[in-house]
Amino acid sequence: MSADPHHAHAGDGPHEIEMPHASMRDYLIGFILSVILTAIPFWLVMERPLSDGATAAVIMVFAAVQIVVHMVFFLHMSPKAEGGWSITSLTFTIIIVVIMLAGSLWVMHHLNTNMMPSPHDMSQLP
Amino acid sequence: MITPQPAPATGPFLGKLSLDALPLHEPILVVTFIAVAIGGIAVLAAITKYRLWGWLWRDWLTTVDHKRIGIMYMILGLIMFLRGFADAIMMRLQQAMAFGGSEGYLPPHHYDQIFTAHGVIMIFFVAMPFITGLMNYIVPLQIGARDVSFPFLNNFSFWMTVSGAALTMISLFVGEYAQTGWLAYPPLSGIAYSPNVGVDYYIWGLQIAGVGTTLSGINLIVTILKLRAPGMGLMKMPVFTWTSLCANILIVASFPILTATLTLLALDRYAGTNFFTNDLGGSPMMYVNLIWIWGHPEVYILVLPLFGVYSEVTSTFSGKKLFGYTSMVYATICITILSYIVWLHHFFTMGSGASVNSFFGITTMVISIPTGAKLFNWLFTMYRGRIRFELPMMWTVAFMLTFVIGGMTGVLLAVPPADFVLHNSLFLIAHFHNVIIGGVLFGLFAAINYWWPKAFGFKLDVFWGKISFWCWVVGFWMAFMPLYILGLMGVTRRMRVFDDPSLQIWFVIAAIGAAVIAVGIAAMLIQFGVSIWRRKELADESGDPWGGRTLEWATSSPPPDYNFAFTPVIHSLDAWHDMKKRGHQRPVADFRDIHMPSNTGTGFILAAFCLVMGFALVWHIWWLVIASFVATIAYAIFHTFNYKRDFDIPAATVAAVEDVRTRHLAAGA
Repeated sequence: MSADPHHAHAGDGPHEIEMPHASMRDYLIGFILSVILTAIPFWLVMERPLSDGATAAVIMVFAAVQIVVHMVFFLHMSPKAEGGWSITSLTFTIIIVVIMLAGSLWVMHHLNTNMMPSPHDMSQLP
Repeated sequence: MITPQPAPATGPFLGKLSLDALPLHEPILVVTFIAVAIGGIAVLAAITKYRLWGWLWRDWLTTVDHKRIGIMYMILGLIMFLRGFADAIMMRLQQAMAFGGSEGYLPPHHYDQIFTAHGVIMIFFVAMPFITGLMNYIVPLQIGARDVSFPFLNNFSFWMTVSGAALTMISLFVGEYAQTGWLAYPPLSGIAYSPNVGVDYYIWGLQIAGVGTTLSGINLIVTILKLRAPGMGLMKMPVFTWTSLCANILIVASFPILTATLTLLALDRYAGTNFFTNDLGGSPMMYVNLIWIWGHPEVYILVLPLFGVYSEVTSTFSGKKLFGYTSMVYATICITILSYIVWLHHFFTMGSGASVNSFFGITTMVISIPTGAKLFNWLFTMYRGRIRFELPMMWTVAFMLTFVIGGMTGVLLAVPPADFVLHNSLFLIAHFHNVIIGGVLFGLFAAINYWWPKAFGFKLDVFWGKISFWCWVVGFWMAFMPLYILGLMGVTRRMRVFDDPSLQIWFVIAAIGAAVIAVGIAAMLIQFGVSIWRRKELADESGDPWGGRTLEWATSSPPPDYNFAFTPVIHSLDAWHDMKKRGHQRPVADFRDIHMPSNTGTGFILAAFCLVMGFALVWHIWWLVIASFVATIAYAIFHTFNYKRDFDIPAATVAAVEDVRTRHLAAGA
């Protein structure tokens, strides 16, 4: 909104909004890490040095690390950024995403268990 | 059995669009179109005759003022409500008629569109605009802010919502709407079983409106967290602001799921993917799972702000501070979190095992605990209060009595074995109408009666308000109690014709109930008209007609553009009550320039491009899709070069406005 002097004091306390100090160095580190974290999964898939299961697992881990790299170096998130709101909303996001993913996997697994009868069972149905 | 149908032919220039898309063979639609066209031409002619176009564009369509945007949201909600209710009454009539070999008056193709459109419109384009409008208007005033955090974004969000609503309305006269039910479950909504444009209208209407909803959610969260008046800590916020905060957090956390799910459905329909088909590893059940992860929080998005309204109204009209403010806040937060772990209760019968169903059944029942706590808080607020039964309080009491029944049938449905008997029946329909009408609509009517004087400077007429109230309450019970009974007898939802003649009487009673509600709606429109006509007699100069307790009553009615000449400093919960008690003196001198955002037409223009793009996507007019997409991006970039984004209201203007208020207050005192 405005640069209204009255609103400079708005918010719930004395802490002002502190924009994180984004430096070229941070962006470069983030960029290089991202490239490495992207290149390795590509190489794994193209050259197949590992088994399929292991490849998938490694790619997932690299993806998770990639998310953290983006949040730290590009979104400048830290426990102190934005007076703690940043980390609060991140925590909330993680809770929701975990509920959604874990819940969906659980639910869908159960559906498959109960709703996909084997051919033998099918023959028993009227 | 539904069999796959062939896709219609497409041309290069107009895609699937041709003259066949106009429903000239459906007399009901032709007559509706003629009526709408005559009404529309009359409105446009009136605006031209009275030379209101400039005023409309400058002061309303391009406004970034949260108050005007809030009012426009309410108008959108009201218009769409009339459409949604027309659908409702057509369904009631059809079901009351279609007995003993009669087919009723609606063919299946039309009837299926009606029940789909009714659900979609009532949720997305009635309830959502109403609550967004309410939050937009009230929240900045309650926290002592001049506007929301991102005023231009607010305008853009509103027009995107209008754009989605307009696309949905266009489907009435060009092509068709989905015939799938309001959540468009695949495989029925897939391209194999719905090859025509109905589901595409559904998808793009919701996607466009969803952009607006998500952005306005972000906007209001930031507003509440960043723009509170000095001294207003989180636990000094009015309850309505608290419930709005939680509702907007739910919006931001859940609408992306809807967007993603509908995107996958769109890919299935447009790009031949198989996310939700029965082939190639696709699973329609995944769609049901995902859509309800959004869908359940959605119902709390709708009802939470109204819980805030009931809290404000009960406290004001009982002349007491709210009983258990802290427990109210924590109950709201509990509901916010719990609403994310109950979604499976919408599909207990889809085939999950006992452990999954028990988990979600129990979490569902647990939600009734914080909700019950709220209800007791309202009752204890009323206990030994000096209750004034003004219209907002009447709606609140009606809510308490009605919502409790809806809540109890909800707990009943949360028991998985009971749900196996009652799912997909009219019992379910009765249940959710009971909580949505009894909880959301009654709350909106309480809110409209409560805050109307704040928005326009005069109270609403009580006589017509009471007629509307009694017709609504009685009509509601008449319309939905028969549905509970029919549901217990096993009648399923969305039926078009019936065989068993013994059921007819219940449908007839329900139809009469719907007619009584129609009288209630008419009375409400008359109430608005009569009140505007008699606005001089009903005027309120004080800005605080009800003896309010929260900050919005501290300023004039209607509030000036800048809301508060000086941002108030907050010392206590119920800030305005505290200020009155301490003999607060309004500042009358030493005004300063006030920095404000400028109006802009960008939101309107961008949303118009998006509407064109949505229409082109529906009809596969690819050149127009590309053209409107490029235009949208280009105009958004062009807008970034607009440097005339703000201006100052000079101190002299502020002083003049405040002097008028001083004179009014002196005259009233």
